[in-house]
Amino acid sequence: MTKKNQLLQKLHDCLPPSAILTETEELHPYECDGLSAYQHLPMLVVLPETIKQVQSILRHCHALEIPVVARGTGTGLSGGALPHEEGVLLVLAKFNQILEIDPEQRTARVQPGVRNLAITQAADHHGLYYAPDPSSQIACSIGGNVAENAGGVHCLKYGLTVHNIQQIKVVSIEGELLTIGGSGLDDAGFDLLALMTGSEGMLAVIVEVVVKLLPKPDNAQVLLAAFDDIEKAGAAVGAIIAEGIIPAGLEMMDELAIQASEDFVHAGYPLDAVAILLCELDGSAIEVESQIHTVEQILNHHGATEVRSASDEAERLRFWQGRKSAFPAVGRISPDYYCMDGTIPRKHLPTVLGRISELSKQYGLRVANVFHAGDGNLHPLILYDANQEGELERTEEFGGKILELCVEVGGTITGEHGVGMEKIGQMCVQFDSVELTQFHAVKAAFDDKGLLNPGKAVPTLHRCAEFGAMHVHHGELPFPELPRF
Amino acid sequence: MSTDDQSKALQAQVEAAFKQAQPLSIQAGNSKQFYVRPSEGELLDLSGHQGIISYEPTELVIRARAGTKLSDIEQTLAAEHQMLSFEPPYFADSATLGGTVACNLSGPRRPYGGAVRDHVLGCQIINGKAEVLNFGGEVMKNVAGYDVSRLMAGALGTLGVLLDVAIKVVPKPEAEITLVQAHKPAEALKTLHKINQRPYPLSASCIHEDKLYIRLSGGDKAIHAAAAQIGGDKLDNDMVFWHSLKEQRHDFFQNKQALWRLSLASKTPPLDLGDTLYEWGGAQRWLYTDTPAQHLRETMDELEGHATLFRHAPDNIPMFQPLADGLLHWHKQLKHAFDPKQILNPKRLYPEF
Repeated sequence: MTKKNQLLQKLHDCLPPSAILTETEELHPYECDGLSAYQHLPMLVVLPETIKQVQSILRHCHALEIPVVARGTGTGLSGGALPHEEGVLLVLAKFNQILEIDPEQRTARVQPGVRNLAITQAADHHGLYYAPDPSSQIACSIGGNVAENAGGVHCLKYGLTVHNIQQIKVVSIEGELLTIGGSGLDDAGFDLLALMTGSEGMLAVIVEVVVKLLPKPDNAQVLLAAFDDIEKAGAAVGAIIAEGIIPAGLEMMDELAIQASEDFVHAGYPLDAVAILLCELDGSAIEVESQIHTVEQILNHHGATEVRSASDEAERLRFWQGRKSAFPAVGRISPDYYCMDGTIPRKHLPTVLGRISELSKQYGLRVANVFHAGDGNLHPLILYDANQEGELERTEEFGGKILELCVEVGGTITGEHGVGMEKIGQMCVQFDSVELTQFHAVKAAFDDKGLLNPGKAVPTLHRCAEFGAMHVHHGELPFPELPRF
Repeated sequence: MSTDDQSKALQAQVEAAFKQAQPLSIQAGNSKQFYVRPSEGELLDLSGHQGIISYEPTELVIRARAGTKLSDIEQTLAAEHQMLSFEPPYFADSATLGGTVACNLSGPRRPYGGAVRDHVLGCQIINGKAEVLNFGGEVMKNVAGYDVSRLMAGALGTLGVLLDVAIKVVPKPEAEITLVQAHKPAEALKTLHKINQRPYPLSASCIHEDKLYIRLSGGDKAIHAAAAQIGGDKLDNDMVFWHSLKEQRHDFFQNKQALWRLSLASKTPPLDLGDTLYEWGGAQRWLYTDTPAQHLRETMDELEGHATLFRHAPDNIPMFQPLADGLLHWHKQLKHAFDPKQILNPKRLYPEF
């Protein structure tokens, strides 16, 4: 009997028939996540509803040595939930219940398939909210947010997923249920909560999450500033922070992104600007009023051609709508686009954008830039057409160059989207073999057979040797003029 | 402020120890010797490995060698009106950045400003095989590879020797004010929870001897507006009060009995186990008790919290809350992944490794 049939026999004992998908047409909707450039059909899909079922599935897969890929709602942008052709895709979408909201403790206990925004909506009548807000928050699941350590436009002030969760329950590849983190603000022993966060489904499967909730600020106000020069906009960002102000959100968009967004949602962005900054300040009325005044002065002093504050809540939301819709907006002006996710020290922004613009000409592919300016997280969107022979390959190569550039200036290949399948080659640029070997040892500590999401997140040394043959990086720095660290 | 890169010599010592399977006892400022069991290993002295490697106020990041004195770091930040958000305790002037990160001990600001681990952005370590490794970086957002940097926070040097650490810093608040209200502990906790549900600029809280202390930090006008809404008497010289709590020089801590640190859900009502001082909105409680350790730890297990013997620990009681079997297994596996010969601070965290 094949392994698949052996597994199916076992699964039928612990799952209802409707929770097991095996037919090709049933499997197709699961062939990719938010990065549709990579597609595989899984061997089979399972849709458990209880933790016990998850434990049984993992126990059987472990015994039969069958790979397991966990998936939430599949909105990830790095191919982290790309199925394994000889493995099980463990879909946690049915874990969609908010189990408890505790206003006194300011926590919410939720199942991993609950959507990010649903938590904030459920906590709203207590005057509380869940702070990390990835742009996909209407659709993305909290389990996936933890697996990727998702960020969002408000994380400069309020932190990433890792800063906003308190406890998780996970199932090990052996099928054991473990609780990580406690009811307090820390836990005994190693910080496994931090290690699990952003581990891309490589160490265990998350089956419950306790998130921290924050009181909703009384006031929020957003300023929109237009610039005729990217460098001036970048300098203004540094000046705001130097003034001791940490905005709730500080976002930048370039010309092409502004135009695409404006065409799409009519946020009222100035179409003649080379860059715009959106700066949100929140807190008490007095605090917001005083900070708005200071920030306005800084923006004007740094050469903003126009500074506008949202006249009412509707306009504030419209300003943000333009930013949060930037990806789909770009999707309207190009058959396909490829989203990068490097992070750089902010001071290198003009250099990096200049170099991206040169690469854009070199590869003959347009780029729109949206940027979490406050925390240095850059999202260049490369516009391409997958139907044009070789264009995807050129796009991937161009994207790879951008990420290598981020590493060169002291940044990282991924700020919030994860490595997944997509950036596995660039991991060889960011890390040396000793570090990659250490990562593999960490993986083996939790999953010695290497069955959880195999082939993702951390490249084999062999793969890096092949990658290195194509990309010269160590020993020859392409930008010797840049100060490093 | 001295600057000296001793990483080569430190690596050589770890390499020799690895070859001979010689246990090492890692130490820098030795300011928290009360918090660790005496070790029989050979001394690996980080105190000379000093210096701020980079600091850029507008990037909100400082990177320094592990032996750099905490006071040097805080002075450097203060000159730019910035600070460490976690308000770390020193316990002695010799306290270092490396020791602060290895112990992951945070001060009164922790519930609002985050813990040490929340601000670790990257680090360079020597693992138990004498390999020098770099993890994380100096940017706020970085999800490339496992978060090994944060894993080092609180690991007490059992997974790696910290060589340097990059830490996120924050602007110093313009002003602070402390309010005092009279409440019995149970009532004070409830009051605090109501206040915590509102977006006030809170930065610390304490309950002791039927008094609730609340610190507000931020813009001068904003904190006074919030203070008017919260109510209470203004505490004069409040910096002295919070400092005495952070450094455990407050009268409460002068007892020579074993001092327990309880970490648990902030809304847990008073446990009536003995003389208690509450911090962190009730999530951190300091306790002197006659309750047997075993019973206390079972109580904490039920509450999903944990109890640490923080000071004056009797030799026969484990310092840290014992781990559930599955978690202990993962801890041992991780220890093996970083330090296969168990030479780095063996048994410092748990007797099993």
